[in-house]
Amino acid sequence: MADTVTESGATSAPDAALTVAIEGRHFTSAGGERLHAVGRLHFSLPPRSFTCIVGPSGCGKTTTLRMILGLDAGYVGRVRMDERTRIGTVFQEPRLLPWRSVEQNVRLALPAGLEVPLDALFAELGLSEHRDLFPGELSLGLARRVALARAFALEPGLLVLDEPFVSLDETTAARLRALLMRVWQARPTTALMVTHDLDEAVQLADRVLVFGPAPATLCATHDLDTPRQRRDAPWREAAAHRLRAAGEALPGTA
Amino acid sequence: MLLALWALVAVWLQMRALPTPLAVWQALLTEARSGELAFHLGATLARVIAAFVLAMAIGVPLGIWLGTSRTADRLLEPWLVLLLNMPALVVIVLAYIWFGLNEVAAIGAVALNKIPNVVVTLREGARSLSRELDEMATVYRFGAWRRIRHVVLPQLQPYIAAATRSGISLIWKIVLVVELLGRSNGVGFQIHLYFQLFDVATILAYTLAFVAVMLVVEYAVLQPAERRARRWQQHRG
Repeated sequence: MADTVTESGATSAPDAALTVAIEGRHFTSAGGERLHAVGRLHFSLPPRSFTCIVGPSGCGKTTTLRMILGLDAGYVGRVRMDERTRIGTVFQEPRLLPWRSVEQNVRLALPAGLEVPLDALFAELGLSEHRDLFPGELSLGLARRVALARAFALEPGLLVLDEPFVSLDETTAARLRALLMRVWQARPTTALMVTHDLDEAVQLADRVLVFGPAPATLCATHDLDTPRQRRDAPWREAAAHRLRAAGEALPGTA
Repeated sequence: MLLALWALVAVWLQMRALPTPLAVWQALLTEARSGELAFHLGATLARVIAAFVLAMAIGVPLGIWLGTSRTADRLLEPWLVLLLNMPALVVIVLAYIWFGLNEVAAIGAVALNKIPNVVVTLREGARSLSRELDEMATVYRFGAWRRIRHVVLPQLQPYIAAATRSGISLIWKIVLVVELLGRSNGVGFQIHLYFQLFDVATILAYTLAFVAVMLVVEYAVLQPAERRARRWQQHRG
C-alpha cells in the first residue's frame, strides 16, 4: 500500500528536500470501524528551510511525521526524498538509552563508519561537562539538549522534530527554542517541526503549514519572511492571529 | 548457630542417620585427600555449566521471539505449558531411553527441564520492551547487532538475571538426579553410592561441598556480573 519512493527529482518541486504526496491513511479501530486519520496531504520542503506544522490536537500531525520517518507504512501515497538523506529525529520525549552515557547515546545514533568530531556540537549545546553522565542524572531540559545533539550529530539532510519542547516549563522551553535556532543557523538543514504552540511556530519557522481537524488536510500555507531577530512579541501575536483565522479549529496561543 | 544446634542434636541422638559435624568434616577430608571430591565436583560443575549454557542459548532467543510475535506465542504456547508441567524425572528417563545412557542425553535432559522456565521469563521481558526506544533505533537506522546490544539486551538484563538465578539452582538439583540415574561420576553418583553404603557423613560432605561451590558461583560470578550490568542505575540522583 505505502509507496515510499526515495529518489531525487520528484514531480512537483524538483529541488525539494522532501516531497510529501499522501492521499490518505485509515486506521481500523478495535470495533472494526474504519477511521480516517489523515486526508490528502501534498507539500514539499525547500532545502534548508524551517517548516512548522500546526493544527488542533489529535488531527494527525504526529501520524504525518511517522509516515515521513517510515514508522507508519499503512498510507496511500508517496513520501519522496533523496535516498542518501540522513534524518535526525527529536521525539516528544528525549528517548535516550538510560544505560548509555550522554556521549554514547549520541555516538550510537551515528551511521556506521561516520566519524564526527562532537566537541563543537556539545559545546554549542552546553553539554561539554555532561558527556559522561547517564540520562537518569540529567534534568528534563538537559535530556532534550542531548536529544538535539543526537539529531544534529549525524549532519542530517532532514531534521524532524515532534513537539520537542512539550511538557517543559515555559522558561526552559524558550531557552531551548533559542538554542535550537542558534544550532540550526550554524548547521543549516531542512527542518520539519510539529507543534501545537502557534507562538513557537511563528517564532521559528520560515513557513507554517496549518492542518485542519482530523482527518488532517492542509488548510493553509503561510510564509514568514520577517527576519527572526525582528519577530518580537507583538509581531508574533499578529502572526498567530492570522494563522488562527486560517484554521478555525486552531488552539489559542500558549 | 545452625552448626551448634546440629552438633547438639547429633550427640544427643547418637544415631547413624545423623552424624556429627566433626564426622562430616572428616569424611570431607578423606574424600578431598583421595582426589575423589575434586573429580566428582568437577564433573558435576561441568554438567551444570553445559546444561545452563545450552538452556540459556535456546531459551533466551525463543523467549524473545514468543514475546514479540503473537503468532509464535499462540503456536508454541501449548508446548510450553506441556514442558513446564512435565516432571523432570520423566524427561530424564525418556532422554536416557531414547538417546542412550550418554553425556548428550544427560545434559540435554537437564537443559530441556530448564528451557521452558527461561522462555517464560524472557517472554515476559520481551513483552515489556519499550516501543519508544525501538522506534528511536529504527529512525536512527541501528543495525541488528547495535539494536540487540544497546537497546534490547539492556532492557532484558533483569529478566536474564532472574532466569540465571533460578536457572543455576534448578539445574544443579536436576543434574544430581541425572547423575544418580545414568552416569558413573559426579556428586549425584557419589551420593547414590554412599546411600547404598548408608554412609550419611559422606553424603552430607558431598552435599555441603557442592553447596559451597554454588555459593562461590553466586558471590564471585553472578552478583558482580549483575552489579556491573546495573552500574548505570547507581548514578541516579
